[in-house]
Amino acid sequence: MTVPYLLRRLGLAVVVLWAAWTVSFVVLYLLPGDPVATMAAGGGDGEQLSPAELDELRARYGLDQPLIVQYVTKLLAAVQGDLGTSFATGQGVRSAIAEALPPTLQMAGAGLLVAIVGGTALAVAATWTRRPWLRQVLAGLPSLAVSLPVFWVGLMLVQLFSFRLGWLPSVGDRGFAALVLPAITLGLPTGALIAQVLAKSLSQTLEASFVTTARAKGVGPAAVHLRHALGNAVIPALTVLGYVVGNVLAGSVVVETVFTRPGLGRLTVASVGVQDIPVVQGVVLFAALAFVVVNLIVDLAYPLLDPRVAVTGVVR
Amino acid sequence: MTELLDRAARGAPDPAARPGSGGRGGTSPARRPGGGPARLGRFLRARPGLVVAVAVVLLVLTAAFVPGLLAPGDPAIGDTADRMLPPGPGHLFGTDHLGRDVWTRVVHGASLSLQATVIAVSVALIAGGLIGLVAGFAGGWVDEVLMRIVDVLLAIPAILLSLALITALGFGTVKVAIAVGIASVASFARVMRAETLRVRRSLYVEAARAVGTRRHVTLLRHVLPNAAGPVAVLAVLEFGLAILAISALSFLGYGAPPPASEWGSLVADGRNYLAVAWWMCAMPGLVIAATVLSVNRISRALDGEWRRSA
Repeated sequence: MTVPYLLRRLGLAVVVLWAAWTVSFVVLYLLPGDPVATMAAGGGDGEQLSPAELDELRARYGLDQPLIVQYVTKLLAAVQGDLGTSFATGQGVRSAIAEALPPTLQMAGAGLLVAIVGGTALAVAATWTRRPWLRQVLAGLPSLAVSLPVFWVGLMLVQLFSFRLGWLPSVGDRGFAALVLPAITLGLPTGALIAQVLAKSLSQTLEASFVTTARAKGVGPAAVHLRHALGNAVIPALTVLGYVVGNVLAGSVVVETVFTRPGLGRLTVASVGVQDIPVVQGVVLFAALAFVVVNLIVDLAYPLLDPRVAVTGVVR
Repeated sequence: MTELLDRAARGAPDPAARPGSGGRGGTSPARRPGGGPARLGRFLRARPGLVVAVAVVLLVLTAAFVPGLLAPGDPAIGDTADRMLPPGPGHLFGTDHLGRDVWTRVVHGASLSLQATVIAVSVALIAGGLIGLVAGFAGGWVDEVLMRIVDVLLAIPAILLSLALITALGFGTVKVAIAVGIASVASFARVMRAETLRVRRSLYVEAARAVGTRRHVTLLRHVLPNAAGPVAVLAVLEFGLAILAISALSFLGYGAPPPASEWGSLVADGRNYLAVAWWMCAMPGLVIAATVLSVNRISRALDGEWRRSA
């Protein structure tokens, strides 16, 4: 792992973040819509603000300046770690996100665990079985899972396991039991994606000649499947990890709403509702950051996992 | 989904997998053994799942265009004496907390949900297709710039991008639809670009250029029709994804305001009565799932299954 390679990768990551920030700026500030008017009308029961007061509000948030000036000042602030203040609460965006993050990370971690364990198990089972009908059923499960609306799956799990059977709590974020249903709901579509990618990679690997060699040497079927084939099949499947992490974070928007849990998703939903532009932009930037960091880690970990990948040029 | 990601990631699709996409320049149907209705019958008989999928989609289309045919009642009127009845002969999907028939509400909600889906797919198809076409045909720095923008759009999870767009645009069915459409522009642009690159190198495009056809004519008459096949398949698949995305956003409350009902908001309405009337949530959700499954099945059939069956 050479230093120039590392620097170039880091530089690329920074460029992607800048671009994501710019895209969110373009979307949020350039499109029609008047956040100040929305803010003033917020709640609906507040008294009407005069045009002068609206102008004062705009001036306070710098919204009266030309867009290019806003872009430069906001970008400079963002580079220094200042993502602005929330229109709705006046809280700093960075601290609002930092506050909302721990419960979401906990749930996303649990969801990711469900997705990885479930997805891998399904992929192994689908390539293991010799019965054609079972193979077809197992291979069809992922496309079924991605066709179900996530919010509906969550509500059905609540209905069954909380209301009908009374095994698990339906809402809240207290303790392990409250984490089970959100984690399953969040992990289901992501696990399906992992299962699809891994099953494909696994069935290709099982036809490789080193697998035939291992079988010919007399290695047992389970050892061939799990130790020889799975280990090699995982490596190409790792490329979707950045996408998977982004998926899980984005899924928290719906899952936290369904299970009434605090966190980043609920913060996002609330902020969209009151056109709280700085917070929404902060969340978008955070999601892009997560995507970039995970991809960077995956790329850097490749040569460690697979010695054949030499890090001299571009890793693909 | 993953197949499309793969395909996009590979840059150019496997040309052997799709001869004759777009209709022109492929094998003519006459050369296939037993073309026509007989073959269609055989094809469908071997695939009962596909037949069910087509039936579901036809049912949804009927609900969207002539809801009165499937549910003659008024979706907004209910008899409070009949409230929260479980599914049964009188009320196929049960009734809600105001005694309104859930089946009627789902049927009448289809048009709004479908309308939003069509808008979303059109936005993604037109904008993404155009970006991909220009990037693939122009090449050079234009391609480079457009594709880097597409890469960035792919780095932001679709639902967050949609939410950012909704923040700027405001609420409502059409705005939600546009937001969902824009959020999926990137994947269309990628597939369209890959196809354009493939077609651009083909002999007939070279020939068109050699005889002096103007650039935009070449683009519209030769490149576009031949590159459109896989993009059309993606559009059908996107239909399912758009239904899911729109229903999720309308579940979150960004869609049509209360009296109107979309499928997502019907599930949201039932949420407060989940403990006592499961069908209020379950039935609209089942309809969403069945529709998405059917659309995905049809898109799989369009993506080469018919050709391979010959």
